[in-house]
Amino acid sequence: MEILQLIVSGLANGCVYGLIALGFVLIYKATEQVNFAQGDMMMLGAFIALALGNDSHVGAPFWAACAGAILAMAAIGWLLERVVLRRVIGQPQIAIMILTIAIGFVLRFVAGAVWGHDPLALESPAAGVNFRLGGLILGLDEIATIAVTILLTGLLFLFFARTRLGIAMQASSQNQLAAYYMGIPVKRIHGLTWALAGATAAVAGLLFASKGSIDPSAGFLGIKAFAAAVIGGFGSLPGALAGGLIVGLIEPFASRYVSAGYAQIAPYAVMILVLIVRPHGILVQVGAKKV
Amino acid sequence: MRVQFKTGYDQDIRLFADAREALRYAALLAIAAALPFLLDDFLIGEATNVLIWAIAGMGLMALTGHAGQPSLGHAAFLASGCYANAILMGRFDLPFLLAFPLAGLFTGLVGVMVAIPALRLHGIYLAIATLALSILTEDIIVLAEPWTGGIAGMIAPTISIAGVEVDRLASPGQFYWLCLAVAVVVTLGYRNLLRAPLGRAFLAIRDSEISAQAMGVNLAGTKTAAFGLSCMVTGWAGALMGHFFYTFNHEVFTVVISIQLLLMIVIGGLGSIQGAYYGAAVVGIIPQAINVARDGVVEVFGGGGVAIPGLETGIFGLILIGFILFEPLGIYGRIAKWRLYFELFPFYRRDMFRRQKSYLKTERLR
Repeated sequence: MEILQLIVSGLANGCVYGLIALGFVLIYKATEQVNFAQGDMMMLGAFIALALGNDSHVGAPFWAACAGAILAMAAIGWLLERVVLRRVIGQPQIAIMILTIAIGFVLRFVAGAVWGHDPLALESPAAGVNFRLGGLILGLDEIATIAVTILLTGLLFLFFARTRLGIAMQASSQNQLAAYYMGIPVKRIHGLTWALAGATAAVAGLLFASKGSIDPSAGFLGIKAFAAAVIGGFGSLPGALAGGLIVGLIEPFASRYVSAGYAQIAPYAVMILVLIVRPHGILVQVGAKKV
Repeated sequence: MRVQFKTGYDQDIRLFADAREALRYAALLAIAAALPFLLDDFLIGEATNVLIWAIAGMGLMALTGHAGQPSLGHAAFLASGCYANAILMGRFDLPFLLAFPLAGLFTGLVGVMVAIPALRLHGIYLAIATLALSILTEDIIVLAEPWTGGIAGMIAPTISIAGVEVDRLASPGQFYWLCLAVAVVVTLGYRNLLRAPLGRAFLAIRDSEISAQAMGVNLAGTKTAAFGLSCMVTGWAGALMGHFFYTFNHEVFTVVISIQLLLMIVIGGLGSIQGAYYGAAVVGIIPQAINVARDGVVEVFGGGGVAIPGLETGIFGLILIGFILFEPLGIYGRIAKWRLYFELFPFYRRDMFRRQKSYLKTERLR
């Protein structure tokens, strides 16, 4: 029974990692850029929801606050692309990487200046509601996290595989210049992708904040989500979720059966192992180049 | 307008382009050596800090700026050098002059061991793997407690060179000279490396791995050499950092230091030795500038000394965004442009530094 309990909490945590990883993969899949600020965007989304929803701030109804946060983060993602990232199209990948790290620094600073550095809790209707299933205790927040994550991953997967826009996004990442020649509005597609990633980050933030508390340094969770994305295979949406779940499951088991010190290391150790054995992740998306 | 008339191929790879440049650097060195007589102890401490960061920056610059391998994990090698030096001096009672080079060599070996699996990784994957290494370092230091002192940390032993005690607090001037000497040696070695076949191979790999291979460059060997040399220099910087901090534990060499190091060389200018110094100066000056600005604001608007945590990294991030958007070549590039403007006056054109755009392509098939 104890193992089952560990599995459930690990799955719920893993879903949050998976959702952040989903944001990385979204941007990577559609623009070939790597967004190191995804964790900080998640943090910002949670704070916006908190500012709208908590009674001590605006005090809007919970669902309105959720919708507001998702819309606001989509707008922020779009703006970031429009104002900052669009200017570096055509520069080396490392420049874009460093730029997103810097954006993360700034977002963390802004959140710290506006909301302070003390942990704050999001008031959600799911808090404290538990179900008992035999000896198993299921929190409503855990169930909601798992359900929302699976739903969102499925929707995004279908979006990329089936819709015109999704396929255009894939094309613009496979070869920017060729996509441009084919009449795909690459710049607008990039903007839309960042908006989508912002919205995903807001959802991840909502779920993360409803499971615990949030403070500006929560953005560092992004690094763990990074490990998840790499384990799953950068560029694969189901892979991101799988990687997130693996990281989420490893942590509680390592801290329960080995020692708490190793729980911190375990995800990265697995990631390094994956990088050495299968450099492109579990769900490989890269084939040998045929000349 | 100045014309450089070349009469031999050796002129292209001479240490200094002409006598004027040699004189300029000699003057700079003389001023740097005279600083302890001119500044007070606090400012000498700051100058030492900048020098140590510059040495670490040169280590990363060789790898990222010249060999084109991004690393987000150089704090791990700083830590390796710092702990190796302290353990060799404290536990094995080696003199500093022996322990210090050994610490660098040890870190270089660690770098080579990291390089061997990392050779299979490109670009972002390499950055991510080194990032993970940097995160692991903190925990490894705690787990290796019998050697590293774990959470309690270690105290750097006092340096004694030929009977002279060099201590950061008691004799900041002497410690500054020590760091300056290391910086000069590393800079000369770095400059010579770039004139040698290995350094040229670094540049070839950075610009195109395929072309480098076609020209007969051994990719694996060169990348391993780049990692080894880069980590060795970073290890030396780490050893000096340990003496500078006096006490250190697992919390000193965090992943934030790794990122800051990378951002520093980008601000300074990727692909130039001077860039490491410019970047280090910016990193050293920002906290002081913020302090001065804050005092000024308090004086004008009143109110107590408000401390805003994270302000430093926030401003650092903004400066960085500005540089990447408007001056991707960094401070070095800006200065080079100004110099060229005056040297070619009035023939300088805006597009002289324009870089070819490279549009991203995926390697993924699905």
